[in-house]
Amino acid sequence: MDFSLDKKHEMARSLFKEFAENEVKPLAQEVDETEVFPQGTVDKMAKYGFMGIPVPKEYGGQGCDPLTYAMCVEELSKVCGTTGVIVSAHTSLCIDPIMTYGSEEQKQKYVVPLAKGEKLGAFGLTEPGAGTDAQGCQTKAVLDGDNWVLNGSKCFITNGKVADVYIVIAITSITEDKRGRKKKNFSAFIVEKGDPGFSFGTKEKKMGIRGSSTYELIFEDCVIPKDRLLGPEGKGFPIAMHTLDGGRIGIAAQALGIAEGALERTIAYTKERKQFGRTIAQQQNTQFKLADMAARVEAAQMLVYKAAMAKATQKVYSVEAAKAKLFAAETAMAVTTECVQLFGGYGYIREYDVERMMRDAKITEIYEGTSEVQRMVISGALLR
Amino acid sequence: MKIVVCVKQVPDTKGGVKFNPDGTLNRAAMLTIMNPDDKAGLEAALRLKDQYGAEVTVLTMGLPKADEVLREAMAMGADKGILVTDRVLGGADTWATSTTIAGAIRNLDYDLIITGRQAIDGDTAQVGPQIAEHLGLPVISYAQDIKVEGDSVIVQRQYEDRYHEVKAKMPCLVTALSELNDPRYMTPGGIWDAFDKEVTVWGRADLKDVDDSDLGLKGSPTKIAKASDKVPKGAGEMLAGDSPEDLVNALVGKFKEKHII
Repeated sequence: MDFSLDKKHEMARSLFKEFAENEVKPLAQEVDETEVFPQGTVDKMAKYGFMGIPVPKEYGGQGCDPLTYAMCVEELSKVCGTTGVIVSAHTSLCIDPIMTYGSEEQKQKYVVPLAKGEKLGAFGLTEPGAGTDAQGCQTKAVLDGDNWVLNGSKCFITNGKVADVYIVIAITSITEDKRGRKKKNFSAFIVEKGDPGFSFGTKEKKMGIRGSSTYELIFEDCVIPKDRLLGPEGKGFPIAMHTLDGGRIGIAAQALGIAEGALERTIAYTKERKQFGRTIAQQQNTQFKLADMAARVEAAQMLVYKAAMAKATQKVYSVEAAKAKLFAAETAMAVTTECVQLFGGYGYIREYDVERMMRDAKITEIYEGTSEVQRMVISGALLR
Repeated sequence: MKIVVCVKQVPDTKGGVKFNPDGTLNRAAMLTIMNPDDKAGLEAALRLKDQYGAEVTVLTMGLPKADEVLREAMAMGADKGILVTDRVLGGADTWATSTTIAGAIRNLDYDLIITGRQAIDGDTAQVGPQIAEHLGLPVISYAQDIKVEGDSVIVQRQYEDRYHEVKAKMPCLVTALSELNDPRYMTPGGIWDAFDKEVTVWGRADLKDVDDSDLGLKGSPTKIAKASDKVPKGAGEMLAGDSPEDLVNALVGKFKEKHII
């Protein structure tokens, strides 16, 4: 077993790191402060192929593996959690299901411009009454001649208003089982910005990742052509769950990056900050905390990379993705909280990156499956 | 159009310079990068490729690990990489290096050769012009802008307070300044492709029309007595005063004190 990255991945990491330092880091504080979507950064990422890293070249992508993609999200998130999630939601939640379940026509029409970064993607599953209980969705789609007509709404949608292509999960039929229990059958659809009857609700004001565009999607007799059905009718729920398995690797990478970024800054700070006549890095309390954090961050990295490798080689990787997301997200929260503590009063001031990172970390324990959901997935496999 | 770009893998001086006990550079202990002037030269070549569909070959001389800069160049968009490496070429100064590189380039078809002005480890600015001399080519150094017009290049050659516009017929050699442009990033897919491609490796036997006495340490007329790190500057002193006259008088006083004037 070899835990070292090969030269190809090392070089990819150096690229992502250099890009993040030069192009993303200088804007991170402003993006958080102003809550403005960093379109300029997204344009630059598109130019250099960051919006389609794991997509085959024949579909406009870079032809790299999920590990390279995870490292990209990790390095971006080290300096800006907002930028990390933009790439993650676009790649894992929009491109990936079209690549996996789409027809050749759908791949050509949607994946090519998405992977080139000419278009941005989003994914709508969550509804006001359906979070962890995703089966509680109410949005419906009815076939009317050659069109599907969607009604309902989706909330907390990342890349909400800035995206061009949306994967939307809706109920297409309700059937009864032998005992007379009603069962909702979901299907997945591709919705485009500008489709009639598709509009946006309010922009959410968030605790963290404040530059990401989080909106409510509203469907009022939204008419889309019949060929926008993604995958077989009635298979929307497994498509959504499989999509989230991949998405969790992206969010785990984001969480990992946030933890690493906070730890890096804290190590530098503790070597400069003096109290009682010596740096706080010279005090054993600091040393032990840094050691604990470093061990935990590296463990998170191993789980994230293992899950990314599993996505490349296995058909099913739900448990690997759940473990990576659970551990990386809780690591991000614990590490950023401890980093703020080590910064003392300065850590509570918005001028210092660790304050933002602690706010950004929290969402990684919540979206794309809460930590509780990840525990359900992991224990479900243990007790099967 | 065929362009050869010469690049060098150099220590990243941002991380500080490290020396062996004998005063030579401890290259193993330092991170390495593509020399910044060379990278600008590569970017200039890639822009000509974007514009005219040129074929860009990158060439480096160094240790086997110098293939890293070739892969980086290919990940940015260069078509081919050639590494010239051989034990007998080790310890080369600028003369032996330029002799070696010219011997390698004699195997290639080219319209334009671009090198960096100088490398951040040696800072000699000699290798580019020397290659041109070996190959009998015109050279335009210190390029802050490169354009191609027909079979000629038009180069803005930078001076401290002006530039000269120099036109030369190709084939010729141009040395590039890092101010020439902002080099592009690699792309993830470009990196993967770069590792799928072979880097051509040449040794002494592949060099054309060169004499052994001009190669490696024994072919190097330069002898380095000692190398050392920069001496840190003192803290400096701020002069405070109410008027410009007072400050000038105080400054002149300091100069006199130190026998500068």
